[in-house]
Amino acid sequence: MNNLLEFFSFTNPTVRTVVLGTVLIAVCSSIVGTYTYLRKRSLVGDVVAHAIFPGICLGFVLSGSKNPIFLMLGAIAAGWIALVLMDAIVAKTKLKTDTAQAFILTFFFGLGTVFLAYIQKSGSAAQTGLHDFLLGKAANITQFDLAVFGVISLLLILLVLTYYKVFKLISFNEDYAASLGYNVKFYRFLLTTMTVVAVAVGIQAVGVVLMSALLITPAATARLWTHKLQHLMLIAGIFGALSGIFGAYVSYAAVNMPTGPWFVVFLTFFALLSIFIAPKNGILSKLKQKRINANKINRENVLKTFYNLMEHGAEQINTQLILEKRSFVPRVLEATLHKLKHQGLVQRKGNIYSLTEEGMVEAKRVVRLHRLWELYLTKRMNYKEDHIHGLAESMEHIITPEIEKDLLKELDYPTQDPHQSKIPY
Amino acid sequence: MISLEAHNLTVAYDKVPVLWDIDFELPTGKIIGIIGPNGSGKTTLLKTIMGLIKPASGYVKVFEQDLDEVRQRVAYVPQRESVDWDFPASVQDVVEMGRYRKNSLFRRLTQTDKEIVANAIEKVKLTAFKDRQISQLSGGQQQRVFIARALAQGADIFFMDEPFVGVDATTETAILDLLTTMRDEGKTVVIVHHDLQTVSGYFDHLVLLNTRVIACGPTAEVLTQENLSNAYGGQLTLLSKIQSIIKEKEFPIREKGFEKR
Ligand SMILES: Nc1ncnc2c1ncn2[C@@H]1O[C@H](COP(=O)(O)OP(=O)(O)OP(=O)(O)O)[C@@H](O)[C@H]1O
Ligand SMILES: [Mg+2]
Repeated sequence: MNNLLEFFSFTNPTVRTVVLGTVLIAVCSSIVGTYTYLRKRSLVGDVVAHAIFPGICLGFVLSGSKNPIFLMLGAIAAGWIALVLMDAIVAKTKLKTDTAQAFILTFFFGLGTVFLAYIQKSGSAAQTGLHDFLLGKAANITQFDLAVFGVISLLLILLVLTYYKVFKLISFNEDYAASLGYNVKFYRFLLTTMTVVAVAVGIQAVGVVLMSALLITPAATARLWTHKLQHLMLIAGIFGALSGIFGAYVSYAAVNMPTGPWFVVFLTFFALLSIFIAPKNGILSKLKQKRINANKINRENVLKTFYNLMEHGAEQINTQLILEKRSFVPRVLEATLHKLKHQGLVQRKGNIYSLTEEGMVEAKRVVRLHRLWELYLTKRMNYKEDHIHGLAESMEHIITPEIEKDLLKELDYPTQDPHQSKIPY
Repeated sequence: MISLEAHNLTVAYDKVPVLWDIDFELPTGKIIGIIGPNGSGKTTLLKTIMGLIKPASGYVKVFEQDLDEVRQRVAYVPQRESVDWDFPASVQDVVEMGRYRKNSLFRRLTQTDKEIVANAIEKVKLTAFKDRQISQLSGGQQQRVFIARALAQGADIFFMDEPFVGVDATTETAILDLLTTMRDEGKTVVIVHHDLQTVSGYFDHLVLLNTRVIACGPTAEVLTQENLSNAYGGQLTLLSKIQSIIKEKEFPIREKGFEKR
């Protein structure tokens, strides 16, 4: 508990460094990753992340230090070589992209593991911590790391914002961008380089094994929340940042705990949460919509029953009479009547219910839609008269005023439905 | 005036020529169809004209200039299936792309741009849908979004790849009306098309393609039995279908003795 307080008060300078570093890295990966995701290069992110590992080891061997600048250079070089090799394999052999990706990923990662084993055997003092690149250890971020990664991350974010329009255009429709004269090759190169750099930075926090999650999951999650690209980037950044803070906390509180897995746990948590509660696409809002629809259907059916009863001369309408005319669950009928009364569509005197003026208009509308649709089905779609009632039963709740207008025009304002009942206006 | 000239144009994939030393010229202010059997190189030709594929030899000139000189006057409507419509963008967003200019990365859209965009959306009758997410459009509406984007460019010549695929008859007529209006305003519209039935009704001018240019000229002159059998040659069942179409629609046949044979 102490830990929690100390961490989230951000008074400790080490904590501040770690949190700031992780958040910057996470936001940068999430935003750059948005384009990786939109350009359907999700697996490429994974390949690059794994391919970077031997580059880091080599950077360490050649420089003899864990200076992040050398490690970054090694990482970026390895990432690029991997991508070039991958493209060459696809271009020169009959292998498909996914095969080439699997091949490059495993080959480079294997190579990295061999390098690491070799370095560990040689027992160099500074090597402790190199394996943190496998699963990430945010707590190890130093002031100097923060400066380097912070600057790089900010730069990448700035680049995305600067080229926002072009990246959007290229991600949506490369051919069209080229037809406008944009240098598509250059921008493709730029985006790929940015992905490689973002991955090289991101593995500080999550490690190579789980890096692609940091690149892709925030954008994929954010996609559930919005249809707008700007918002997509923003929301992805927020999910990334939040996961980063929690991941950093775990890394800070539990000394030997790698950050990457926890990072991914939190990202996945947000993804699952979004699947449930996201607007429109979320499961909850779908359920809610379903309930709203069900209520609407009930209300309209009750109103229609009133109209039908009155059409047949009934004057004193009570629940008994309604239930005789049409089957409702009695409890649901009570609730619906209550709601209708509340909306001022129905009034009640003792046990007797009647439609208000507004209620009458609404009831007529429902009956009208039903009968119009029946007429449409027989006249325009050649349905037999005994087939149409069920179909119209559901359509009456769906038809919008615009469609009604079209229907009326198409049928030339009819007065009788196929069963010779009057169409009320 | 000549709107497009292809000279000694050869295009190859992996050294296999798909367009073989072709030459043709297209007039200005006409609706022009590029037709030919599947795999005859129609899409390839369009992409080469737009500079998306480098030819192995030869060149293309638009309005007697290199494409790069006249980009502003040229609009491209790619095949609808060539993009992922699940992309997070609205109709408005996509049509605005027609106002992007490569040399002004940071320029924001001006009031004039916005009016042009609104106008283009209006012309394809999508104003009611302008804020709609593009994945929630029907195929025909998506096609119209692409056309609106090209319109927003304010170009003089339009290259469209199969704009009538997956479009219902009403929309097809609406698009055609729009194209006709554009032609009457002096624009040139070049369309890759595969439905032979509608060719004579739609186009003023035709390029009949099959790796080579079989024929190029006014529609009535190009649509002869001989040309069609050259383009679609070998495919006898198809050919007989076309022949029946020719009879049905009473295409003018060049050879006078045709009836007697
Ligand atoms: N990227 C490519 N690489 C190799 N060959 C290709 C490529 N694209 C097209 N081809 C080949 O080039 C030929 C012409 O293709 P193209 O797409 O231009 O034909 P098309 O006339 O548009 O056909 P369709 O009517 O089916 O659209 C075909 O034989 C095709 O197999
Ligand atoms: Mg094609």
